[in-house]
Amino acid sequence: MAPQPNRRPGFSRKAQYSLFAMYVIAVAGTALAALLLVISIADPTGFSALRSAGAEVTAPVSRFFNSIRRTTKDIGGNMSAYLDAASKNAALTREARKTRVKLIEAQAIKTENARLRKLLNIVDDSPERVAVGRLISSTGSSSRRLATLSIGSNYSIVSAQPVRGADGLIGRIIEVGPTTARVLLITDAENLVPVMRASDGLPAFSTGMANGMVIIKPIELGESPFKPGDLIVTSGNGGLYPPNIPFARVLKATSDGALARPMADPSNTPYAIVLESYQAPARALQQEAAPDGKAEVVPE
Amino acid sequence: MNNPVVNVLRLPLRPGREYESRFDREQSTLKMLAIPIASIMLMSMATTLPLLLAQPVLPPLGLMMLLAWRLMRPGLLPMWAGLPFGLFDDIFSGQPFGSAGFIWSLAMIAIELIDSRAIWRDHLQDWLIASLLIVFALLLGLFIASLAHAVPSVTVLIPQIVLSILLYPLIVRICARLDGWRLAT
Repeated sequence: MAPQPNRRPGFSRKAQYSLFAMYVIAVAGTALAALLLVISIADPTGFSALRSAGAEVTAPVSRFFNSIRRTTKDIGGNMSAYLDAASKNAALTREARKTRVKLIEAQAIKTENARLRKLLNIVDDSPERVAVGRLISSTGSSSRRLATLSIGSNYSIVSAQPVRGADGLIGRIIEVGPTTARVLLITDAENLVPVMRASDGLPAFSTGMANGMVIIKPIELGESPFKPGDLIVTSGNGGLYPPNIPFARVLKATSDGALARPMADPSNTPYAIVLESYQAPARALQQEAAPDGKAEVVPE
Repeated sequence: MNNPVVNVLRLPLRPGREYESRFDREQSTLKMLAIPIASIMLMSMATTLPLLLAQPVLPPLGLMMLLAWRLMRPGLLPMWAGLPFGLFDDIFSGQPFGSAGFIWSLAMIAIELIDSRAIWRDHLQDWLIASLLIVFALLLGLFIASLAHAVPSVTVLIPQIVLSILLYPLIVRICARLDGWRLAT
């Protein structure tokens, strides 16, 4: 490309000064951006108002394209469903007859479980549903794995509420705007979820890898106890995430844990269900007694 | 020019235009300035499309558009243009606020320094410069994110880097088309 005409301004003082001023402004701008960056690293929620404003403005576009995407997906599904409707109908009827017996048994077990819990005086706060929305977009270019939810504080969503899909846990709310909210997905490296193995309750933690997988690390040290195909569910330890939400399926065991694929695929989840934080009242009471970071050190 | 539909559409914008001489006509200043600015901002907003990706594979389209305009039309964007465009990108990218403002400003200054040394360049050299700056921007972006919170390993970025480098010529094509439209009268 041809060189710029104003590279050598000649003897004109005005041109020389304006070229110099350009350099000064560019360097000052870089310094200003660095300053903003330091502020936002020190206080990550500081600019959340700006970000949620951006999400609010673009949400109608996201909603529009998302509805188109879903409709086209539905058309494909509907057409293929018509092709083998008769045989599928017969198969489903057989299956429904078989599962009906199991369903009745499960209901009986549930009643018995509730009765036993009452006998043992266990307070069970089952997770309350706050609202149902849709995931409308995600941060596709950043290493941060965030998704935008189509509902916000207009549906009384607050920060730190867990979000699940029909298949399993999706993540938790970290920023709330008037009609949108940001969800930190379980595949983000920042998101630490207390989980357990569904078969025996082996406690573990999960961390995201930002490539659609999660790493499961058992709390006990030693050789990895996981086998491919193990089902992982949330354990409910520490509050926030309610227990027994399907979480992931182990793909392969590693030296200190396991590589697992989350059950819920955010791109293929029709609905995202926002739940009440698990044991939120207990957490509030605990915060009242000893707020985070302000606990007094007891002298020896 | 005698298409009636086009004339009807044009009439409210420039009444009487169809009787004007086509000689010595002037460009629209608004179009000249708005097209580069709007194209970069729209590319930054690509993250609001309903692409729910498990992995960061979407190229930094706003940065690529900025580099394409800067390398194709030196002197069109001022040297400090990286700051406002970068801060706008930060609203939508999910990175810590100020990260793109900082990185894009550095990229604009770097191109200014390259411009004063490698003066006559062809498309391949521009592609090389843009590729190096995109890789630099993505790696520095991951490093800045690591200061704020836990981040995945660098290998997560490899598909995004490869895709960005391969997509850059397409962005230059789009940019050249927009440039033709921008300068048409």
